Amino acid sequence: MTTLAERPDVERADPARRRNRFRSDRTTIYLLLLPSLLPIVVLSVFPLLRGIYLGFTDARAGRNVEVSFTGLANYRELLGDELFWNSFKIGLLWAVGVTVLQFLLALGLALLLNQQLRFRGVARVLAVVPWAMPPVVVGILWKLVYHPDAGLINEFFHRIGADGLRTNWLGDFSTALPAVIIVGVWAGMPQTTVVLLAGLQGVGRELHEAAAVDGASTWHRFRHVTLPALAPVIVAITSLDFIWNFNSFGLVYVLTAGGPGGKTMLPMLFAYEEAFRYGNYGYAAALGNVMVVIIIALLAVYLRRRLREAN
Amino acid sequence: MFGKPSRTSRTLQYLALAGYLIFLGFPLVWLLSTAFKPPRELVRLHPTLIPDNPTLQNFVQAFTEQELGRAALNSLQVSLASAVLTVLVAMPASYALARFRSKLGTAALGWVLLSQLFPFVLLIIPIFLVLRQVGLANTHAGLVLIYVVWALPFALWMLQGFVRNIPRELEEAASVDGATRVQVLRRVVFPLLAPGLVATALFSFISAWNEFFFALVLIKTPELATLPVALARFVGIEGTARLGPLAAGSLLATLPSLIFFAFMQRRLSSGSLAGAVKG
Repeated sequence: MTTLAERPDVERADPARRRNRFRSDRTTIYLLLLPSLLPIVVLSVFPLLRGIYLGFTDARAGRNVEVSFTGLANYRELLGDELFWNSFKIGLLWAVGVTVLQFLLALGLALLLNQQLRFRGVARVLAVVPWAMPPVVVGILWKLVYHPDAGLINEFFHRIGADGLRTNWLGDFSTALPAVIIVGVWAGMPQTTVVLLAGLQGVGRELHEAAAVDGASTWHRFRHVTLPALAPVIVAITSLDFIWNFNSFGLVYVLTAGGPGGKTMLPMLFAYEEAFRYGNYGYAAALGNVMVVIIIALLAVYLRRRLREAN
Repeated sequence: MFGKPSRTSRTLQYLALAGYLIFLGFPLVWLLSTAFKPPRELVRLHPTLIPDNPTLQNFVQAFTEQELGRAALNSLQVSLASAVLTVLVAMPASYALARFRSKLGTAALGWVLLSQLFPFVLLIIPIFLVLRQVGLANTHAGLVLIYVVWALPFALWMLQGFVRNIPRELEEAASVDGATRVQVLRRVVFPLLAPGLVATALFSFISAWNEFFFALVLIKTPELATLPVALARFVGIEGTARLGPLAAGSLLATLPSLIFFAFMQRRLSSGSLAGAVKG
């Protein structure tokens, strides 16, 4: 993004000469664009529109099934579906929990990495590795860590003599969701850290130094210099994190597949089961539509509050 | 950073850093350790952090007995095909986007952002239905098609940035010297664009290599499964002794993206690609 903003606009440099040398009829441009645009429209834009439409039908799996428009019937059914509400609550807890923890931890780490500390190099590398892992591998990795018999955490509690704390982290009703949230934080923290660190490096030193000369404490400088300068980056990355977390699938699918007893049944997992286990395409698409509307509504509230604060 | 921080605050900073290193590092150490443990140590009542007798047995087993080898090959094929196709398709369009003022560039970027909003479940059902109609469901070709389309908006945006970095004057100078349009593109633009093409190919390769959801839904035949799907199936098989090969397979599945990240590190740390890769 930065590269685009910084570069002077070459196109405006010499319009007359450009027109002569690079006169290009619209057809050439469209021919160049066609191989990219056609697949995007056919396999991305069009399916999306059709997916939204499916949410208003009774589409089901199977060949030659008649699909009819049912209006808001799916949504009426969703309103009365206890399993959906349950999954929706879990999804919100997960998305908000992961996003907030991820942000706070990432901010702390970014601030540390922005200092002249020893081991900073190691931390920088470690901070990126989870990001490089496929979500499925992150899930497997943490399954090993949480394993009731062969896991790192239970063994740690044994070694420090706290055998009472050993438990089946992913299988227990009360620990499953928090355990899964920690994995979400671990997996998403690196990216947030890198973005925040990039933002921090853009905060002017002069301002900081001036504030320090004026006798502002570290906290004051953080609160009144760093944070306001970082605000746009924070808003952008937390919004994206929230969207990604709310739509996340692979990680929890591998960790718990929604269990135990539906305690970690994120909306995406619920929709996946509806569509590909029970074949209720229309119902699953309706659920997807509801999720989009909710994400947009929550983001709108969040962004409006941030905007008002900024003014 | 500014003035001399007090000794206590320095100590606190190092304590916090140590906390982060433990949180980030220990799970990774555990994966490594599990991958190199012989079966006897895996089933031990109280496992150790460092294997007593490290072995490569798990890697061998993962790729011979558990069919992860075939899955890795499938993944390699699909990812390579996606990478090559993405670059080929994106190249002309990104040139047009960079050199000619057009609203389509903004639209492509807008689509990248907008598409993040929609849960995959809305896309997957219609895509599944379309692919089934043309007989491409449950094939690698269908999967490649989806991966290319999915990587394209970002690849376009990335590649047109690289094109913009090539001074237009170079092209003009070449054509003044009598080079034809095609020659200009081949002799001037293409060589300078090479790093951008490599970066775009790598991005596309990694997103295909790591992708799970589409592969899970679209591929039904076990012999065609990609590595993430095969690994996820493997998780379902119970038994502590199986954890070794599982960890070994997971480590190998991470290698390509690690190489990619090492390669892209400078760009990543500058934050310009920060929104690029998300599983």
